[in-house]
Amino acid sequence: MGNVARFILRRRGAHGSGKGWHWTDIFTWVWLIGGLIIMFGPAVWLMFSSLKTPAALAEFPPSILPYVTSQATVEGYDKPLMLYDAKMPDGSTRVLAEVRRIGLVAQMVDPKAPGDIVKVNINDRSPVRIMSFATNNYTEPFVHFDFLRYLWNSVFVTVVATVITLVVNSMAAFALSKYEFKGRSVAMLVILATLMVPLSVIMVPLYSIISTLGLFNSLWGVILPTVATPTGVFILRQYMLTIPDELLDAARMDKASEWQIYWRIVLPLTAPALAVLAIFSVVWRWNDFLWPLIVLSRRELYTLQVGLSIYSGELNVQWHFILAMTVVTMIPVVLVFIFLQRFITTGIAGTGLK
Amino acid sequence: MGEIKLTDVKKSFGALAVLKDIDLHIKDGEFVVFVGPSGCGKSTLLRTIAGLEKVSGGEIQIDGKRVNEVTAADRGLAMVFQSYALYPHMSVRQNLAFGLENSNMPKAEITERINEAARMLEIEAYMDRRPGQLSGGQRQRVAIGRAIVRRPTAFLLDEPLSNLDAELRVSTRAELAALHGRLGSTMIYVTHDQVEAMTLAHRIVVMRAGQIEQVGTPLELYNEPANRFVAGFIGAPHMNFLKADVVEVSGELASLSVAGGYRVQVRLGQAKLNSGQKVTVGVRPQHLVVSNDPLSPSVKVRLVEALGSETVIHGDIAGEKMLAVLPGQQRLNAGDEVRFDLTTPPLHVFDDNGFRLLTYAGQLT
Repeated sequence: MGNVARFILRRRGAHGSGKGWHWTDIFTWVWLIGGLIIMFGPAVWLMFSSLKTPAALAEFPPSILPYVTSQATVEGYDKPLMLYDAKMPDGSTRVLAEVRRIGLVAQMVDPKAPGDIVKVNINDRSPVRIMSFATNNYTEPFVHFDFLRYLWNSVFVTVVATVITLVVNSMAAFALSKYEFKGRSVAMLVILATLMVPLSVIMVPLYSIISTLGLFNSLWGVILPTVATPTGVFILRQYMLTIPDELLDAARMDKASEWQIYWRIVLPLTAPALAVLAIFSVVWRWNDFLWPLIVLSRRELYTLQVGLSIYSGELNVQWHFILAMTVVTMIPVVLVFIFLQRFITTGIAGTGLK
Repeated sequence: MGEIKLTDVKKSFGALAVLKDIDLHIKDGEFVVFVGPSGCGKSTLLRTIAGLEKVSGGEIQIDGKRVNEVTAADRGLAMVFQSYALYPHMSVRQNLAFGLENSNMPKAEITERINEAARMLEIEAYMDRRPGQLSGGQRQRVAIGRAIVRRPTAFLLDEPLSNLDAELRVSTRAELAALHGRLGSTMIYVTHDQVEAMTLAHRIVVMRAGQIEQVGTPLELYNEPANRFVAGFIGAPHMNFLKADVVEVSGELASLSVAGGYRVQVRLGQAKLNSGQKVTVGVRPQHLVVSNDPLSPSVKVRLVEALGSETVIHGDIAGEKMLAVLPGQQRLNAGDEVRFDLTTPPLHVFDDNGFRLLTYAGQLT
């Protein structure tokens, strides 16, 4: 632990002595802490907010932590009453439950002695707040909302689309990086040029293709149009260009077919780039909203992102459920990233050649 | 069997002709070295034989069969690459097994062949390591092992020693020669290092600019180079070339004027020289001896490299550069004048196209 602390708190110090502060130390700390807050803050806020009650979410000014005003059941009253710290005229403070509010005056009772009504100016009372986690934000959607169905659809779309993306893109990249043929660079340029075409432009033609093929209202209709990505082809091609041609020649001398060269030599050596593309693909497919929304119109086919939109109705947005489910939908992406990131850094290629 | 015959082999990349009419007959069991400066097409020729490059013209035969249309995999050859090209994601064992698995060999035989090769090359200790965990010399052995397990009709080696340090190169060179002796298969070896060529080859093929300059045993090339290029390429340090004029031809003898008027006489043999002809005289640095004769041409020493066992002199002789390798340790310094006897050493006479006209091997008495 001491080592970790020393590592994290290490600084250049005045005159490079390690003691005191150099301006670069201050800059670094401000930069890094600022970055941490900017990057991580929204996620943390989202997580805390997902545990808030609808009332706490609507509160202004907003709080980071999920507070609620504590309540007490008082004899003689049907509903639980809000508890407040009230300042008495004699200067003492008592915990009172509010019965009702009339203008600037609140009628309050002592929960222990519910008989007497005490009138308190509303400026002289402040709510008693306790931290409370509204876990039913999470549990309720699992019961009422078809969460597991949507989760399964999302997982299916993401996994299948990612696998197909990796296979198809790596094949294209292999051909574009390792074979000499006429029009190779033109083909590459055309593929890259499609990067500039946004989904909204091709949405209508794509829709008519999908619908003609009978893929409307099918998860395959979500998967297939997304699997060939110019970004993926580009990333993999650039990586494959670094694999020496001599390896392929050696494999050819070793009686390997072109398929074996692709499958047993090039693909394993492209693993680091494949991992990067896998991360991208998982994140893209998992977070896809517009296209699944267009293709899928039956509820039981909804992916999570589309399913979440059920909570934002025209008149009423159920933020507490949206936030909670957003946290849940984030988890797989974060897990994938954590898992595959290690894989990238331990890249295995390039070690066998001088 | 591993007989390889090339007839009029041509190879061009677009408009660039890399190989021009290569004719070569490599006998079974022969160790042939292709040597030449970089860019001379020697590696391309090897890759063409391997089947990794398609010929643009001509014919390649292996054991009497035309193989132009046969793929690299089916020519039955094995290649060792300059970078070794070991599969980085496979263990040494898997590297050796890959080619055998691809030809659907039974598991037991694969294991047997791998073990045999591992024993032969002494790589048993690291069969389960990845190439990245091996030293350069070990990788080299694995690369050779990968070729051996295939039991090819011929081995093709593309500068296999160029990534090793000097000491390892010498020992591996000896091992390669021993390996060839044991296996008895045809080996074609590409290098730009003429020492490797001289020590390993049965026959050397000297190449320049896509053409074969000369084919012959190492000593044939050394003693009777076909032209100036071969003469300059074979032998280290390279041969000295001095401009000369034929002053007089009388019967068997010709008198040449070299190095600003110094006269040497050579016996013509079969060659013809005309008086007044401009020629070039080649003399190997090792053949020069210091002379006390005041008529011998004088060399101004520019640099002395004392190597202990021998001394290399860089000098100027009548405006031309001159290298001399003298035995032992010489008391010479830069700026000194030293005289060399040009009448005793073997002399090669080249015409102005660079072709050798004659070699005159001894002193005229």
